[in-house]
Amino acid sequence: MKTLRIEELSKNFGSTEVLRKINLEIDEGNFLVLLGPSGCGKSTLLNIIAGLETINEGNVHIDDYNVSKVEPKDRNIAMVFQSYALYPSMNVRENMIFGLKQAKVSKEKIEEQLEKVSKFLQVDALLERKPSQLSGGQRQRVAIGRALVREPRIFLFDEPLSNLDAKLRVEMRREIKKLHQQLKTTVVYVTHDQTEAMSLGTNIAIMNHGVIQQNDTPENIYNKPSNTFVADFIGSPSMNLIKGNLKESSNNISFIANGSNVEIPINGYNFNEKSNLNNKEVFFGIRPEHIFFKKSNESDFEINLKADLSEYIGHEQIMTFDYENQEVLAKFPSTIKIELSKNTNLFFDLTQISLFDAKTEERI
Amino acid sequence: MQDKSQTSYKQLEMKSKYTNMFLRWFLYFALILFALYFIFPLYVMVVTSLKTMEEIRQGTLLTWPSGLNFESWAVAWGGRGYGAGDTFLRPYFWNSFKMVVPAVFFSTFIGAMTGYVLTKWRFKGDQWVFLFLLFGCFIPFQAILLPMARTLGVLGISNSIIGLVLVHTVYGIPFTTLFFRNYYISVPTELVKAARIDGAGFFKIFFKILLPISAPIIVVTVIWQFTQIWNDFLFGSTFSFGKAAPIQVALNNMVLSSTSVKEYNVDMASAIIAGIPTLIVYVLAGKYFIRGLTSGAVKG
Repeated sequence: MKTLRIEELSKNFGSTEVLRKINLEIDEGNFLVLLGPSGCGKSTLLNIIAGLETINEGNVHIDDYNVSKVEPKDRNIAMVFQSYALYPSMNVRENMIFGLKQAKVSKEKIEEQLEKVSKFLQVDALLERKPSQLSGGQRQRVAIGRALVREPRIFLFDEPLSNLDAKLRVEMRREIKKLHQQLKTTVVYVTHDQTEAMSLGTNIAIMNHGVIQQNDTPENIYNKPSNTFVADFIGSPSMNLIKGNLKESSNNISFIANGSNVEIPINGYNFNEKSNLNNKEVFFGIRPEHIFFKKSNESDFEINLKADLSEYIGHEQIMTFDYENQEVLAKFPSTIKIELSKNTNLFFDLTQISLFDAKTEERI
Repeated sequence: MQDKSQTSYKQLEMKSKYTNMFLRWFLYFALILFALYFIFPLYVMVVTSLKTMEEIRQGTLLTWPSGLNFESWAVAWGGRGYGAGDTFLRPYFWNSFKMVVPAVFFSTFIGAMTGYVLTKWRFKGDQWVFLFLLFGCFIPFQAILLPMARTLGVLGISNSIIGLVLVHTVYGIPFTTLFFRNYYISVPTELVKAARIDGAGFFKIFFKILLPISAPIIVVTVIWQFTQIWNDFLFGSTFSFGKAAPIQVALNNMVLSSTSVKEYNVDMASAIIAGIPTLIVYVLAGKYFIRGLTSGAVKG
């Protein structure tokens, strides 16, 4: 039994297709992050799970029960919003118990829940305050508390941290992680921030133009992006995608970048489909953090490139190199001194590369 | 070098100081002039209402009255006690109240509801509904007098206070809707979403979540509607006569229908009495009026 199962879901706003044939499943206790650029449909998908938006095609199941036409309040979910959406005229106590009162829960049970949750989130001293008298972090906590008291099957978070300043955001991120570890409730979490997605999710579904590009563990998303969009979207700076061709000759496969004559041997690469590889146009993907300034593995490939630019960002520096008129970025410790406009020996970690078909942009 | 530049800075400083001072005095002068211009008619009204007819005939408009003589106020309010043909404001003042209070209440309430639906329960074609409502703000009221008279006749409420309440409610709705829509559009829709997940329905969300944060715009709407309806002459004079007339119509009758001598003091007192309620509303709620007009989103 899946806690949440979405099948063949499509949604249009007028003639605009917002979601196209979405299929998604979440196991009990998992933390699914919907990640994507703005306008990719992730918030719409969350609203559909909550029942706040109607569906054009497909179904939403919660605990194997088709809830596609069920009211939000009867779906056994709770939602935390970006603007917190605390009721301005009510104090913290009234905000937190509003839902329980609507559900006609007994007074004793309400008090019990309120006490438990407000102690747990350390807002028990704020119960008589109005939302306008709270700080951003406190509002966030109350908003989570309002969701918690209902003991839902699924928590929905809609970019809950994007209104907070950078420092508080990191703190609250850790609190949400702790919360999930303690409660083990299923979570669907929408964000456009990849760090948030990586650190919180047990699963990440990357969306673009209303389609799920890849739904996988954070490790696989990072190490084995399924297409160039995911490769480019995850990581900062993003993965280098070097255009070139494959060359296959008697059990040896190598990559040659456009305009270059250096053959990079990629025999160790784990192809999905090992046919018709010769002369295939591909993107050779390697992350900036997998390019080194000295040899660290036997399998590292040595290459000589000209340094163009250095960006110092404190604990590290991002160097830009020229590879036959294609930019290649590398991340080095800031203590390393590399002279600009001169050629330097670099080492590609070939165990960490990804290859994409240049036409379909899919991983091969 | 340093000295030279310092003296020149000092000169510049003095120069800008004098310019500023001159501009400031000019500003105050202009403001005082405008203030006098606006207060002058009120002064004439109050002073004239406190004079006897003898004084009015002998002095000028600006002459100070000989004493506080409230007789003309008493006549304006309660009449002279003749049997027939004595018009005075008291009954019409209450007519106006009986008209204004329900009309303001219903138009404000309906406007709030409509504004709520147009912003938080969007439906297909809602912008057209809003457009047509806005159109209502620009229709000259003279254009609807005949159809409205017919409607009131069919409903059997012509020449009655209920009829006037209906007219003012209907023609208030475009304005009140505009006010509330523009206010509610700045209230985050996530509030409504949160309330829906919490299990609140259409009316509960309106009464428990939105109405409690609507005080500023309610004040604006009430002041606006109160002033409009209280000061209305066109609808009042068209759809009512005799005993059912509101105060503005009675004021007109009083001033225009006096058969003998023009009693300027009574006329002035009547005009002030007719204007007092709107004045009171402004004094009591005026500061909220400005605040409500300028207030934006509800942060919460």
